[in-house]
Amino acid sequence: MSSNSLSLRNLAAAVVVGIGVLWASAVQAADTIKVGILHSLSGTMAISETTLKDAMLMLIEEQNKKGGLLGKKLEPVVVDPASNWPLFAEKARELIEKDKVAAVFGCWTSVSRKSVLPVFEELNSILFYPVQYEGEESQRNVFYTGAAPNQQAIPAVDYLMNEEGVKRWVLAGTDYVYPRTTNKILEAYLISKGVPKEDIMINYTPFGHSDWQTIVSDIKKFGSAGKKTAVVSTINGDANVPFYKELGNQGIKAEDIPVVAFSVGEEELAGIDTKPLVGHLAAWNYFQSVDTPENTDFVKKWQAFTKDPKRVSNDPMEAHMIGFNMWVKAVEKAGTTDPDKVIDSIVGIKVPNLSGGMSEMLPNHHITKPVLIGEVQDDGQFEIVWQTDGLVAGDAWSDHLPGSKDLKADWVDLKCGNYNTVTKKCGGKGA
Amino acid sequence: MIVIRRFQLIALALLPLVALVLTPPSAAHADTLDALVQKLASGGFSARAKVVDELAATGDERVSAVLEALQGGDLFTRKSDKRVFITRSAGDELTLVDPISGQQAGTAPKSALKKIRVNNRLRRAIRAALGSLTLLNPDPAKRLAAAEAVFKSRDANALAALDTAIAKETNAGVKRALEEARAAALLYSDAPETEKIRAIAVLQTRGDRDALALLLGLAGAGKDAGAVAEVATSSAAVIERNLAAWNTVQNIIYGVSLGSVLLLAAIGLAITFGVMGVINMAHGEMVMLGAYTTFTVQEIIRLSAPELFDYSLFFALPLAFMIAGAVGIAIERGIIRWLYGRPLETLLATWGLSLILQQAIRSIYGPTNREVGNPSWMAGSLEVGSLTLTYNRLWIIVFSIAVFAVLLLILKHTRFGLQVRAVTQNREMAGSMGIRTGRVDALTFGLGSGIAGIAGVALSQIDNVSPNLGQAYIIDSFMVVVFGGVGNLWGTLVGAMTLGIANKFLEPFTGAVLGKILVLVMIILFIQKRPRGLFALKGRAVEA
Repeated sequence: MSSNSLSLRNLAAAVVVGIGVLWASAVQAADTIKVGILHSLSGTMAISETTLKDAMLMLIEEQNKKGGLLGKKLEPVVVDPASNWPLFAEKARELIEKDKVAAVFGCWTSVSRKSVLPVFEELNSILFYPVQYEGEESQRNVFYTGAAPNQQAIPAVDYLMNEEGVKRWVLAGTDYVYPRTTNKILEAYLISKGVPKEDIMINYTPFGHSDWQTIVSDIKKFGSAGKKTAVVSTINGDANVPFYKELGNQGIKAEDIPVVAFSVGEEELAGIDTKPLVGHLAAWNYFQSVDTPENTDFVKKWQAFTKDPKRVSNDPMEAHMIGFNMWVKAVEKAGTTDPDKVIDSIVGIKVPNLSGGMSEMLPNHHITKPVLIGEVQDDGQFEIVWQTDGLVAGDAWSDHLPGSKDLKADWVDLKCGNYNTVTKKCGGKGA
Repeated sequence: MIVIRRFQLIALALLPLVALVLTPPSAAHADTLDALVQKLASGGFSARAKVVDELAATGDERVSAVLEALQGGDLFTRKSDKRVFITRSAGDELTLVDPISGQQAGTAPKSALKKIRVNNRLRRAIRAALGSLTLLNPDPAKRLAAAEAVFKSRDANALAALDTAIAKETNAGVKRALEEARAAALLYSDAPETEKIRAIAVLQTRGDRDALALLLGLAGAGKDAGAVAEVATSSAAVIERNLAAWNTVQNIIYGVSLGSVLLLAAIGLAITFGVMGVINMAHGEMVMLGAYTTFTVQEIIRLSAPELFDYSLFFALPLAFMIAGAVGIAIERGIIRWLYGRPLETLLATWGLSLILQQAIRSIYGPTNREVGNPSWMAGSLEVGSLTLTYNRLWIIVFSIAVFAVLLLILKHTRFGLQVRAVTQNREMAGSMGIRTGRVDALTFGLGSGIAGIAGVALSQIDNVSPNLGQAYIIDSFMVVVFGGVGNLWGTLVGAMTLGIANKFLEPFTGAVLGKILVLVMIILFIQKRPRGLFALKGRAVEA
């Protein structure tokens, strides 16, 4: 009996404490606007995503120093989806339903984005997605602040064609949706530019591929047909280090066969000795070496925030910065964090990017960005060798794929993410 | 319109006059050179490439120092007066050297200088220019590099320089390279047909990919119709046939190399899983610990004794063995010994442990890749015929065989090895003979883990060092051990090599993804036929 009453007393105490906690969090919720951060902090993708979590924390801290938003402080809510795609959906639901966040900044891989899409649609919330991706998507609740293929892949190929006189192409990628779609677009584009099919070699490798001997020697072989050859690499994350090491060791120099990469930034180069790689290229919308006062300031703040004077910044970080500032402006314009009102007010908002221009949110929920081509330097940074004259508008549906060139996304007038301009109907394909 | 035309005419008429005034007298040759060098500071990449060509055309030997500095990223402009200097780093500041006179011109902080940037096109121009300038360099290595550079640039203007160089050359190797360079340059000049056909013969003897590229380019260009293109095509075919034969050799060597990596990763597991029968999912993390040990050792060496960097791996090897071995013993004593005979629980417990270890490393070292450098004797490659063998892969083959031999020696010819075999064959009997079975278990597990740590040191040279390193190898390791036959070290060796070579022969036909799947399917079929693997153990241990 006595033990029974003891447990009853415990239960009562627990209930009191529980109510207290609920009350406290309710009070806090009234005072702050919550911002969800949905990036993997463990598992395979932690290598890339942890940085973005830190970048978001810094942006929120900065905003709070400026007095917060709508007179309230911003409060970051960090969750860890652990590189597990279904867990992304679960954690997104938790952020929206339980934590009642006003917006979510997150995801890296396309598959994680695809897995959270239905959640954001169902619960009507907002996601800012900061990574370059394959396009072919436009969803009302998602804002794509990374590059669409026409903001990265196509200009990079143009650069190689015009500046380096490349005639023969190796499209090498990791075997998943982003490289496959990008390479499909690139192949169609190259063929439309008159490159014969036998001058295009497409190669896919598994995630984390580490034995590149055969493929690198195949590239060498392909490159010895008497025409200038280049490699367009959509090789993802971890596999890049052994790939570049093998290139360096087999003596493939950038002057002979340049490699232009879409997934290799300052962060990835941090794991390699870049001396043998000098001259290989990357295409992004931002490099740490961008020489503007805004960027110098940003890098300084970032290194102070992470307490690491050697910490590098990268493209998706800039995308998050642009997305976050756009969201802040949209909330101020709408006077509320209500998703429907913010979605309406954010289109057309312009915020400065770090390369000296003003990026604008477009009706198709993509943004305008400059395209930069950089060459790897021996200190692991990129030297910008070319950039577009102005900003390039992100195109959700590629003009080079048969199924998608008739599609158009417009969430202002058409209220549709996949309007078919031929049949004049919403709902052509995809999202 | 007419007015403008007339004005243009006048301007044209005046142009020679202006030029006359602007061109300094030839006596002041150094001044023109200096003016050219100063021009490098301004303009875009294509303008700079033109200046490089002009510099090369002067033929002045002082130019090569300037171009080398430009190539190496050591050419800077001073922001205050826009003068160009070659720099050498001296502590925090850079020492300035006048590019023409070679005299020191004081020091300057990095912020006061601006690097003159180069891109690929410019790099090619520099390489070509340097090539024709350094053909007569006293250093044979430099002459060889120059010959290669001319070979690649196929600069017909370099022909005269090449002829003088060939006449003077005494080193046979360099002479051959020079002749090949001459042949390449000749083919892209307007030399008579007979000479060109002779040049093609020279290239056919060279017979490598570069020669093939050149010949195919010539055959495809179509500007030399007739005999030359025909001979080029047939020569290219000869080279291609030759290369195809080399290709088989290359596949075998690449296969052995992949096999040796598999062997390294699996050999520790061959002890813990093969000999002891423990399903250790944290095996990959022992490899990772070894790799991170290498990283830590290199960091310490970089900070305190950079001159020892080339020996860093020799320090890392024993340390990695001890650290991974100690962790292994702790795992055995702390977790696994309570779970002997319960494979499912062991599997789950060690799987959990692998996640804990990964996250621990992630918290300590951060989630990003860590840079582990190659010592100089492991960088670069060796050219054998038309094969490119990278030194790091070659060393790993040697290393994995050495580890295998040492391990075999320990198990077969030491007291400890005898005890290990006794305990694994019949625990009760060994115990009653006075062997402390618990201690032997712990040490065996430690040995297996320590070997995994050593493997980590080697793998850090070819793979990236991140907390996920181990995961990439765990499946392959189990595959090798199961395929080779549980409990047999020779089986692991043969298994690893077979899988490596099979993979490399499949890859060119099927691609890396499908190749891997096919290998897996073949193993599944093989295991159906021979459940105990290639080399099945016979005896009591198997029946037990």
